[in-house]
Amino acid sequence: MPVFTLPAVAVVAVLMVFPVAFTLYMSVHSWYASSLTSPEFVGLANFRRAFVDDERFRNALWLTIYFTVLATALQLVLGVAVALLLNRPFRGKGVMRAIFLLPMVATPVAIALVWMMMYNPTLGVMNYLVGLVGLGPYNWVSNAAIVIPALAVVDTWEWTPLITLITLAGLATLPVEPYESAQIDGASTPQMFRHITLPLLRPTIVVAVLFRAIDCLKTFDIIYVMTQGGPGFASETLNVYTFQVGLFYFHIGYASSLLVILFALVLGVSLLLIKVRRGSW
Amino acid sequence: MIKSWRQDRVSPWTYVLLVVLLVPFLFPLAWMLLSSLKTQVENTAYPPIWVFRPTMANYREVFIKNPFFTFAWNSLVVAAGSTGLALLLGLPGAYAIARFKRTGIALAILTARMAPGIGYLIPWFILFTKAGMIDTYSALILTHLIVALPLVLWVMIGFFEDVPGELIESARLDGCSHWSAFLRVALPLAKPGIVATGILSFIFSWNNFLFSLIIAGFKTRTLPIAVYSFLSYEEINWGGLTAAATIITLPVLILAMLVQKHIVRGLTFGALKG
Repeated sequence: MPVFTLPAVAVVAVLMVFPVAFTLYMSVHSWYASSLTSPEFVGLANFRRAFVDDERFRNALWLTIYFTVLATALQLVLGVAVALLLNRPFRGKGVMRAIFLLPMVATPVAIALVWMMMYNPTLGVMNYLVGLVGLGPYNWVSNAAIVIPALAVVDTWEWTPLITLITLAGLATLPVEPYESAQIDGASTPQMFRHITLPLLRPTIVVAVLFRAIDCLKTFDIIYVMTQGGPGFASETLNVYTFQVGLFYFHIGYASSLLVILFALVLGVSLLLIKVRRGSW
Repeated sequence: MIKSWRQDRVSPWTYVLLVVLLVPFLFPLAWMLLSSLKTQVENTAYPPIWVFRPTMANYREVFIKNPFFTFAWNSLVVAAGSTGLALLLGLPGAYAIARFKRTGIALAILTARMAPGIGYLIPWFILFTKAGMIDTYSALILTHLIVALPLVLWVMIGFFEDVPGELIESARLDGCSHWSAFLRVALPLAKPGIVATGILSFIFSWNNFLFSLIIAGFKTRTLPIAVYSFLSYEEINWGGLTAAATIITLPVLILAMLVQKHIVRGLTFGALKG
């Protein structure tokens, strides 16, 4: 049936393979998009530069990991908790689920804009709200010390529902028998959660978390719109830094090697995902 | 199933907890809508004003001050173009992969989904610059296809796997070619899935920021880029900005409601089976 798959596979191949080949080639060359000379082969000098000489790269690498771990952890805890709550029988379940979808599909630029307004240090509603419980005021995304947590909150608002929905799908497939026998044995609800629900759900939750981690490593829209990597470089993650190197300084060679590093990070997590998934394939 | 032993445990606290959860998740969107209906004075009041007389002035201003219809049209052309192309190429592909169990291809698609967008963007940007294609619909549609095609393939493989194989077999025995079995049997049966996938692909393109930021120029500027550019020079005009944000987001939220049953499949795109 090559007639069926060929067009799609060919287009995917062209769309994806060309950029991959280009990036790999450029990662060992030095070349500016604005220059008239052809790329100069430099071997692994770009990678050496990143890990040895480039303070800004190491900062970006650290921030990427910091943001990813923080946001994913928040989303994991909240997402599973919300799923357990939504899994109870109650009226208006459909409406609740529908509302939970909204943050994920809303246009990221619009989301970033609303949060910028809410985070405004002098007029924003966030300082007003945390003020009601005696906290703040904070400078949120304009304070280098808390900009990453503040951005992680936005990402968490946007993507907790994904973990919730995946967990709910997992909960729907749990067998009844273990609960029945546990009830007969007089187990309490927390005990049943700890010893039955959690172990059975673990594969589902692991997949959801890895999936979120992959996307967190690549988060671009909200960070770029809200801070452009600032203040200073305090929220310049690897993705944002690569964007600046490639499409602002037009240093395509160096940007390509940064991309290879970012992709290696994502690939590491992806391989973990594929390994975990294999069981369900 | 599990409901039977949990039925008796639903307390009023469940509802209290639900409301406590619901409010923070709805708040930013509600705040966006409220701010778009406030005057500049109301928007810059501190502490924030909760009760006010709604005004449509911000919406009028957005349309009068900016070629907002042009931006919306650009977004529409690119989203419809990339979705149409993705369906045209992706539907037969997904059908064949589902029928003939090509797991290898599915895995490749998943890998494509995992790669960082900038990795695709930089090479295409260089190529499009050389070809003089920056700021054209074709270039935008092609880059959006990088997201749309793997999405359509992946989600539709799941839907085509749900089409009973016997139906295809019997159509084939009745003398249908592979092609007409696909067109007359599989496609009609997978129609709900196709609609859902099309809407999802449309939403992804409509929301796309990164690719359009670089590939779109003055002529083809899409809505997200337009709003982003307002942001840089009108930072404090919250009424106008939130009105623009509401105009972009509202169609997406409505579309999402239409396909909410299938949306998880599209969003998790590889996290769940099928």
